[in-house]
Amino acid sequence: MNEVKRYPTKPFDCWGLAKELRMDIYNKLAQKASGERNWLVASGGTEGFIGLPAGLGDDYVPFGGEPYGASTGALGKSEEMMAHCERKGYARDLCGYCRNYLGSTFGDSFTFGGKYPHPDFYFQLHFCDTHGKWYQPAAEFTDKPYFAIDGGAMYRWPKWNESEKRKENKFNYLLQQLHDSIPWMEKITGREFNDERLGEAIYNEIISTSKWAKCCELNKNIPAPMDEKSMYAFYVVHVLRRHTKEAVEFFNILYDELKDRIAKGIAGVEYERYRMIHNSQPPWYALDMFRYLEKFGVVCVGSQYDFMLSGGWDYYYDENDVPHVRAAEPPEGLKDQVKTRDGALRALTSWYLNYGLEARSFRFPMIERRNIDVSIARDWNCQGAVMHLNRGCEGWAVGQLEVRRALVEAGFSVVTYEGNVADPREYDGPKTYARFDAFLEGKGLKRLVE
Amino acid sequence: MGAIEKFQEIYENRGDYIRDWKTKHPEGKVLGCFCTYVPEEIAYAGGVLTTRLLGSHEIEDDTAPYLFGMFCPFCRDVLAQGLKGRADYIDGISDGNCCMHLLQSFEAWYLNVKPQPKIIRADIPCTTQSPKSAGYLKGELECFKEDIEDWVGRKITVDDLDRAIDVFNENRRLMRQIYELRKADKPPITGLESMYMVVASQLMDKEDHNKLLKEAIEELSDRRLDRETGSRLMLIGSENDDVAFYTMIEQGMTLPATVVIDEHCTGTRYFWNEVVPEEDRIQAIASRYVNRPPCPAKDWPGRIRFDHALRLAKEWKVDGAITIQQKFCDPHEIDMPPLRKYLEDNGVPTYFLELDVTVPVGQFSTRVEAFLESLMLDLI
Repeated sequence: MNEVKRYPTKPFDCWGLAKELRMDIYNKLAQKASGERNWLVASGGTEGFIGLPAGLGDDYVPFGGEPYGASTGALGKSEEMMAHCERKGYARDLCGYCRNYLGSTFGDSFTFGGKYPHPDFYFQLHFCDTHGKWYQPAAEFTDKPYFAIDGGAMYRWPKWNESEKRKENKFNYLLQQLHDSIPWMEKITGREFNDERLGEAIYNEIISTSKWAKCCELNKNIPAPMDEKSMYAFYVVHVLRRHTKEAVEFFNILYDELKDRIAKGIAGVEYERYRMIHNSQPPWYALDMFRYLEKFGVVCVGSQYDFMLSGGWDYYYDENDVPHVRAAEPPEGLKDQVKTRDGALRALTSWYLNYGLEARSFRFPMIERRNIDVSIARDWNCQGAVMHLNRGCEGWAVGQLEVRRALVEAGFSVVTYEGNVADPREYDGPKTYARFDAFLEGKGLKRLVE
Repeated sequence: MGAIEKFQEIYENRGDYIRDWKTKHPEGKVLGCFCTYVPEEIAYAGGVLTTRLLGSHEIEDDTAPYLFGMFCPFCRDVLAQGLKGRADYIDGISDGNCCMHLLQSFEAWYLNVKPQPKIIRADIPCTTQSPKSAGYLKGELECFKEDIEDWVGRKITVDDLDRAIDVFNENRRLMRQIYELRKADKPPITGLESMYMVVASQLMDKEDHNKLLKEAIEELSDRRLDRETGSRLMLIGSENDDVAFYTMIEQGMTLPATVVIDEHCTGTRYFWNEVVPEEDRIQAIASRYVNRPPCPAKDWPGRIRFDHALRLAKEWKVDGAITIQQKFCDPHEIDMPPLRKYLEDNGVPTYFLELDVTVPVGQFSTRVEAFLESLMLDLI
């Protein structure tokens, strides 16, 4: 054990701020549910264009279905919420987040306590098969209006030789839908839409997603300044509220803190001797698995999932034709571009189609989804991968076994475990740990900490 | 052999038919379609034979290294056919931007099935309800047409498109004509035979299929089936070309039953609407795909499908509907509870069955028999 290097580590200074920014959303939603304050709540997927309704007023609060589903899992409320959903006849193998969300809607029960904050309207971006469908029963149950944007016609990957004509058509399709959404929101809320607020929201969204990607890039460092469990606490800020100035400020703070940690050699975990990526979302109710791996000197440094949720990444080939991912740079002149409604919506459309790698890989995974994981494993200096064969999310499980094969072929050892992002009934902790034990024993990694 | 039996033969020996087609068309290419949203008319106009890729309803483990077990049995079954080398006549594959399950099979087929096929993607909109869908799809189909032209090495003319539209529209019209016959108190064609007919259309050259359809209409004009119709059933839901399933319902019960209508993609959803002629042929084709009865995966944010299904149920005077769903299919799973409620509120009793690669005939027949009994109690 004496031969294993021990890195200094310490809690993040901005941890409390991340938690505060997250809970600010849920506290407002609780106020909405209790009638304490009538925030304007729009609910939909957080992969969506959550900044758009910001033009309706400063009292707008986005209510994201996936992070809510995740929080419900993490707080041990899934079985209660899923029961409400399953009692209505919905299948047990339906998306885990969706069941948590719909169950809360049907049961009028909020994971954070009290009654459920039924939104004023539903506003969704569809790129995964479940997304457009998810809010149909919710809107019908609550009798609230629902607008959904088709974001499933994504740009293709660089080597697929997509014509400019085809790209322009896709761009215009998405742009027109974004334009259409604004008069719809005005009509159903009776409010006048403010383009200045819209411009600010889109500017913030692009800046904060890019900055989060830059934070992730810093995790290439050995030792990694962030462990994956901590990353979940940070990325949720851009998942929930990337369109706000608070998010931009937070990621600037986080970036500076990460640079400082790197300069001082502060690690995310104290024994870092085997670096891994974690493929797919975690089982939110079992995050202690990361602590378990740490006892062996294993650190998970990130994944396609927590890096790329909500965009901000560029996929490219280097001069040797090797694929990589890197933080996308905000376009020049963005601040001026977002001054008009059309300019702002064009900036957002371009950002999504060019750098929304998650959505692209859900509908057209091909070799590029494999390449992305291999490039993260390689460029983030990993030796292996933990893969959650996730029964609770079709999108992140798309192409997963092809990704596994690609990682193995590229020389990265992969340990898989089966589970569900939100449904603890489909996860077997002891069996998972037994798999980890066998894998790590095979790697000659003995437990360092009891 | 009559036309009805010929449909069955094509279904059972699709590879023989397609290989024979290739012999007759040495320059011709075969495009395997993963979904009924592939705009077949355009490929057909370029001299391409479009054929749907389906499963074989056999237990398999070939796909285990490529597809995680939580993906639908149908997408695994389809991929298995490629991995087993049963579709070696395929030159290219197209997806129609269908569901993520099939898109994953599409990817795995491209990566693992030899010889590696040409990919001809069609980025069909994910919803067909947006006012912008048809306009977008027109642009996409123009690009799809260019891709086909590059592949076959020749331009597709307006005349080519007109001919293809005519052939496809005739095919749809003739199949609807036969479906009309199923409204009769004693339908001259069973649900199983109808399934053979529709799937044969998906597999073969539509011109050849049209000839068979015309023969079939002749045959059916005075055909009397030596069987009791019994309860008139509708099948609603996922793709279903499972012979064992149809046989169980129509031949395996103590109580007689006949499938008289369906709402799924190896049935009406495939052929229900025609291309309405317009000066701009590509726009006409785009409008057809946007206006067709939607797959649940494309039926949002509103619901078009439910009304359509109910209309069919009423017009074909069904006693009950069996709602079927491929396990793990989220879009169907989200539709299923409200769909069943909607039908039942409108006087159509329903029974739900979840499909896998093979059907547990013993269990299903007991359950369906109980459903049939409940329908008869209504009659009493």
